[in-house]
Order: sequence, then C-alpha cells, then structure tokens
Amino acid sequence: MRVWLAIAALALGTAAIKSAGPVALGRQEPSARLSRVIALLAPSLLAALVVYETVHTGTRGLLFDARLVGLAAASLAIYVRLPLIVVIALAAGATAAVRSFA
Amino acid sequence: MSSSPIRAGVRAGLPLALPVFALAVSFGALAEPAMGRLAPIVMSAIVFGGAAQFASLSVLAAGGTAAAAVAAGLLMNARFLPMGFAAASAFTGGKASRAAQGQAVVDASWAIASRGDGSFDRGLLLGATIPQAVGWLGGTVVGVLAGSAISDPGRFGLDAIFPAFYLALLVAELRTRDARAAAALAALIALALIPIAPGGLPVIAASAAALIALRSPR
Repeated sequence: MRVWLAIAALALGTAAIKSAGPVALGRQEPSARLSRVIALLAPSLLAALVVYETVHTGTRGLLFDARLVGLAAASLAIYVRLPLIVVIALAAGATAAVRSFA
Repeated sequence: MSSSPIRAGVRAGLPLALPVFALAVSFGALAEPAMGRLAPIVMSAIVFGGAAQFASLSVLAAGGTAAAAVAAGLLMNARFLPMGFAAASAFTGGKASRAAQGQAVVDASWAIASRGDGSFDRGLLLGATIPQAVGWLGGTVVGVLAGSAISDPGRFGLDAIFPAFYLALLVAELRTRDARAAAALAALIALALIPIAPGGLPVIAASAAALIALRSPR
C-alpha cells in the first residue's frame, strides 16, 4: 500500500510539474528579457547535469571515479568533431576499461 | 501535423535507447525485492523519470514512508519546472493538449530540442522521448524478471554515457559569451552543492545561473 501510494503521488506530482510551464505560458511569446534567461537555461542545466552525472553518488557526496576518464575521452572526441554516437561509445569504453583494470 | 520532425527526433534520441535500457534494467532489478514485480513496471510507465525513481526506491527500500519517498522523487523532478517553462512556447493546442505534450520533457529530449536562442523544436522534443520511453519501460520489465544478475550498468561504463551526451549537447550551446559564463557558473553551483544538498537540488539551483542574462547589456 505504501509503495502504490508513493507511485501514485509521485506520478501526479511529476505530471503537475511538467504541465505547469506549458499551461501557464500558453502560446504567447515570452518577453525579450525572459527569452534571454530561457536561452541561458539550456547551457546552465546541461553544465550542471554534466557535473552531476560525472561525480554524484546517488545520495549526498562527491565521488571521483572512472566516469572522469570517460568524460575526458568524450571531451577529446568532441574536440576533434567525431559523431555523437562515437563520442558516447568512447566514453563508455574508456570508463569500462579503467574499471576492468582497477 | 507533420511526422518528419518527430521522426528526426526519434533518430536524435536513438543513441540513448541502449544506455536508458541498461539503467532501467538496474532499476528493475534493484526495485523488485523492495516493491514486487508489478509496481516497478507501473512506476516506470507513469512516472518515467530515472533519477526520481531511483531516489524514491532508495527511501522505500530503506523502509521510509510514502511521503518521504514522494518528496525525494519530486525534488529530483523539480528541474522539469524551469525546463517546462522554457519549452512552453514550442507546444501547440489547448491547455490539456499542451499539458500532455509537456509530459514528453525529459533531460535529453529537452536538450536535443533546444535551438540555442531560447526557442525549442516541438518535433525533436516529442520524437526524442519515444526511444527513451521504450528503452526505460522495456529495461524495467527485463530487470524485474531477470533480477540482479545483470544489474550493474557501471561494468560496461554505461553510467559515463550520460555526462558524455550532455557534454556534447552543452558544447553546441556555448556560442555566446553569456552562454559560456552561465555554464561555468552553473557547473560551480552544482559542484558546490552536490556534497551538501539532497539529490536533485544542485541541478535545480544551478539553473539560477541563467539569471545573469538580466544583468548583461546584450
């Protein structure tokens, strides 16, 4: 019962969070000021996600592990303009290689 | 409604189907002992959010209350609030239809659909979510049934795919000086908060870096 209650409430809450913006803003174009903020939301959230996905532990705390090597491999692949699928394959491969030696 | 932008979105989201599937397998395998077989599958179908589901699961598995599990999950998903406001002008139709389209907002699809100027491509956003939804639900079913034998996505480096993917999308966003400044500030905010703040909060707080747009002349 506890589990089903949690699932139902989490599903409803998530749907409400995701609906809020699309319902509240309607089709109206945002103001120029708001547009400038929105344009910076993508780089901000993506930078935070890169950091979070690289060093998070699932709970509170930082963990520097083989994911950093994967991210370094990805950086290099992006720098030399390899295709996205190669970028993520190299990241996974480098991370797995480090873990197999560790 | 033209289907070709949605098809382009499906193609853009396809590289994520495998890592999402693998992550979902580990979710299903970890959830089964704590939640039974049906509940994790239903959860993946109607919540559809990896980080939130793992957060709720860790509370439930530790014997926490439903309220604590919901709070942990909603904190993870709160980042979809700014993302939904940002993408709002891309959606079409009445309120119910727009709310329904808003459910397709997940990290990778939102980032793929971002054009870099504050506008979003509706077809890419909706399309890119489809392979991830298939991978997430399918992986959960496999994980619940197969159990812990295949529950470690780390072994194949699959957990490094997400930061690599977001980094590639981030680089494409760094065209202006403001974008680079906001990204650097956001990364610092996240790094500073990860050790002290509960899951989800560092990423939401980092979105405040976008407010530097209000200060700069252009």
